[in-house]
Amino acid sequence: MTTRAEPMGGSLDTTATRALAGLLGLGAVLIVWRLIVGLGPTTALNDGYPLGLWIAFDVVTGTAVACGGYAVAILVYILNKGRYHPLVRPALLTSALGYSLAGFSVVIDIGRWWNVWKVPVYFWHWNFNSALLEVALCIMAYVFVLWIELSPAFFERWQDSSFVALRRMSRAALPMLKKASLFIIALGLLLPTMHQSSLGTLMLLAGPRLHPLWNTPWLPLLFLISCVSMGYAGVVFESTLSSRLFGRRSDTAMLAALAAAIVPLQIAFVVLRLGDLAWQGRLGLLFAGDGRSVLAALEYVLFLAPVVMLSSAERRRDPGQLFRAALAMIFAGALFRFDTYLVAFTPGPQWAYFPSVPELLITVGLVAGEILAYILIVKMFPVLAKEQVA
Amino acid sequence: MLASQSLAEFDPTVSRRNFIRLCTMVAAAVGLGPLAAERFVEAATSGRKPSVIWLQFQECTGCTESLLRAAHPAVDDLILDLISLDYHETLLAAAGHQAEAALKQAMRDNAGKYVCIVEGAIPTKENGIYCMIGGRTAVDIVTDVASQAGAVIAIGSCASWGGVPSADPNPTGATGAHEILKGKTVVNIPGCPANPYNLLGVVLQYATYGTLPALDAQNRPKFAYGETIHEHCPRRAHFDAGRFAEKYGDEGHRLGYCLYKLGCKGPVTYANCSVQHFGEVDGAWPIGVGHPCFGCTEQKVAFRVPLHTTVDIQRPMPPDTYAPVHASQGQVSPLATGVAGAILGGLAGAGYVASKKLSAAEPPVKPEV
Amino acid sequence: MGISRRAALKTVLVAGAAAAGARPAKAAVLAQAPADAVGLLYDTTLCIGCKTCMVACNEANALPADTTLSPARLYHAPADLNARAKTVIKLYADADGMTRSYLKAQCMHCIDPACATACMLGSLQKREFGIVTYDPDLCVGCRYCEVACPFNVPKFEWSSAAPKIVKCELCNHRLAEGKEPACSEVCPRHAVIFGKRSDLLKEAKRRIDESPGRYIPKVYGETDGGGTQVLYLSHVPFEHLGLPALGETPGPERARSLQHGIYRGFAAPLALYGVLGLVMWRNRSAAAEDRNDDAR
Repeated sequence: MTTRAEPMGGSLDTTATRALAGLLGLGAVLIVWRLIVGLGPTTALNDGYPLGLWIAFDVVTGTAVACGGYAVAILVYILNKGRYHPLVRPALLTSALGYSLAGFSVVIDIGRWWNVWKVPVYFWHWNFNSALLEVALCIMAYVFVLWIELSPAFFERWQDSSFVALRRMSRAALPMLKKASLFIIALGLLLPTMHQSSLGTLMLLAGPRLHPLWNTPWLPLLFLISCVSMGYAGVVFESTLSSRLFGRRSDTAMLAALAAAIVPLQIAFVVLRLGDLAWQGRLGLLFAGDGRSVLAALEYVLFLAPVVMLSSAERRRDPGQLFRAALAMIFAGALFRFDTYLVAFTPGPQWAYFPSVPELLITVGLVAGEILAYILIVKMFPVLAKEQVA
Repeated sequence: MLASQSLAEFDPTVSRRNFIRLCTMVAAAVGLGPLAAERFVEAATSGRKPSVIWLQFQECTGCTESLLRAAHPAVDDLILDLISLDYHETLLAAAGHQAEAALKQAMRDNAGKYVCIVEGAIPTKENGIYCMIGGRTAVDIVTDVASQAGAVIAIGSCASWGGVPSADPNPTGATGAHEILKGKTVVNIPGCPANPYNLLGVVLQYATYGTLPALDAQNRPKFAYGETIHEHCPRRAHFDAGRFAEKYGDEGHRLGYCLYKLGCKGPVTYANCSVQHFGEVDGAWPIGVGHPCFGCTEQKVAFRVPLHTTVDIQRPMPPDTYAPVHASQGQVSPLATGVAGAILGGLAGAGYVASKKLSAAEPPVKPEV
Repeated sequence: MGISRRAALKTVLVAGAAAAGARPAKAAVLAQAPADAVGLLYDTTLCIGCKTCMVACNEANALPADTTLSPARLYHAPADLNARAKTVIKLYADADGMTRSYLKAQCMHCIDPACATACMLGSLQKREFGIVTYDPDLCVGCRYCEVACPFNVPKFEWSSAAPKIVKCELCNHRLAEGKEPACSEVCPRHAVIFGKRSDLLKEAKRRIDESPGRYIPKVYGETDGGGTQVLYLSHVPFEHLGLPALGETPGPERARSLQHGIYRGFAAPLALYGVLGLVMWRNRSAAAEDRNDDAR
């Protein structure tokens, strides 16, 4: 049972990479424009809805989908299921890219981005009451940790490099990383636990301005549970697609087992939420018939959909069904996060927000950039196993 | 001067042009338009001038004086020719029994048609002995004359609601004419003095059309008392921008700033002084000469609220705009919604199609990206 | 692998319990206003809506005019607090226009401000005299303060490439010169007055006692949301004026106690790190043992 990661090779200049580069270029131009004229003219953000698409999607949803590295690491290193080991590196790559995209999105979203370096450095100004500080520091640290965890993929390629410096550095780094791997991986498990739950705590500060269907102190746990399942779903999604598109056989059975791990998490999530609503006497709000209650109900449906879709072994064997279930889970988690950050936030009926076209295009460009980087890295560096053999 | 004589006969030096100008001005003041002016002229020159009996009681004669100052001196004769002033104690040449006889004659000749104008308050304490003319109390006189009048007009604050004689402690029990003439419609034209054009407008409308102008709840003509001074004040911009005179003679006062802080009652005073000035002189009105309005038309304000006490303004007045408690802001762009919908729909659709393909076959051998 | 599974389950339970078990503490000691706390008292029955305070505020803070609601774009007439208006006079009128009231909106200078809890580097903080002031050098422009404030006060300079948060700071630059805030200085009716919070509270209660039918018998801001330094007396219910019905617990208390409960002394994260490391080490040792066994 040997699984060796290898560069996929192949041309870096294809229709797909060109199209993605084009979208990234468009996004880049719009980003420069945003930096020059400010957020007002480029986004639809306003004083009623100061946080918008870039926070709710790029950061909150994006990092959750990028929790594949976290979710698979739990499976492999804590629950000790070594057969999933081939999934670790690609999951780490998705995570590293996803978190880097999230970090970049934060920098272009905040208004005074030139001050962002002060957040980790000015420790004497740290406000320990702020959940956002914890999220910011954690994410900054985790991006760092992810690239370090992924670095063996680069060093393995570079240890045979023609550049002497690169060769020496790689050959020195690899054994050091191997020795420190326990500490690094443990950190890579701790940090997401902290900040993914705190992303839930964040919106609780809105107090009475957070709609009762989402306003619960269980939010941190709900965010944590959903990020783990979104992580697994993300891995299924990314693994299936990359196998298909890189012409490799995918291990449906392994992915099916991974997907099966989602099921208890979904059930736990729904039970916890409904139970909390019932305990608070707020179940009736689900049937209020307004937009918010409809979206909340939709969340429950989407969270339970994968449970139904993966209910039988036969269904789990079907790669298409697996893929659909993963998509449903990602949509479910994304909707939950969008709802918590945008829909549940009630600044008053006089305010309205929907992302503007430049906002949407910048997000599209950044996601295109992430996919492009994935393709290029996977082709040039040993990330994917050539053949995933059970 | 007899009612039957016409203007042109009497005073050949008065130009027809001036006369028509005057009629036009008066018509404009009451908002009746140029056609009305023509009818006024016609009525006046054809000898159909309305008969006016003018009674004076507890008053200072300021309203009469104001009327006389209403126009260029050469034209006050004209004013007296637009109406036939058959009894007026100040202007009458006659006196004593002759004056009484003139009054009785005018009442007899024009019964049911004459306009009774009351100037001055009417004392009621101790059977009204505090104002007696020719042995009769004011109460008796006004009741008698008004009983046969076609219309009754109270000119000035005194006749409208008691005016200055009614200020605390009101020892004579001074009241307005409408309190005495219960049951009769008394048009009130308050002011201290009243603006003469307000009176002229009402009288001429009655004379020409036989109707009275639209009146408010206090029977004051709406064309003059429908809005407050504050709403038409030329210094309003200063109020809105927060520029106030703090003391007489200070910088703000010299620059013509708002006089609210000096106790201007403009916001609670219904009158048209700000648009129709006095004495035919532009700017001849209290605020125009730098003194705050004291609310002379209003019974609750004039001679009751101290001159320099500021007033409550609870009713916002144009041109003011205020933000509502929750002002609508933020818009949803339909284009953006469309784009987002397209992206999401595209992704969902592509995902579904891809999943179908995955179910269908094994992966191809060569990469596609 | 029984040991590691049990340990693994324990890990998950520990993490879950830490995240979930830290329920918000019961409303602890109510925040106390600082001894020298200053504030404003605004009385709706005295305000005439002249808006001189808005003009004076803009002048004192060097803010340009916002002519949004002015018909000929002539007057400073913003629709709400924003980057060009640190205070706004709003008008409430009921459906038939019979009941009206003005309201002066500005920062409430809460005793336990949610914005100060939100701010990562403490840019928004309660400083001298309990005034919540803003330090742009410590601000990254994340706008989390806008999410946190129950009164929707902090506003952002959206149209600027170097945007700041804009809100009333009780003219602390004027206080330093011994003057009072611009708004209370110019009010022609003393509808808004400045002073020590304790004095203003006494005065407000005195007015209620003296004129029983005149006011709603409550001083808004005495305990609302943990208490604010800007107090309101009104003749119409406070909700109509856009002043929300908040309990006595300070706004940020729940989220803050939840966060502190989980991270108190950083104990839970350290413990979790320890457990994770331990489990992984054991798994590795067991795997090495297996390999040794296989090799033999």
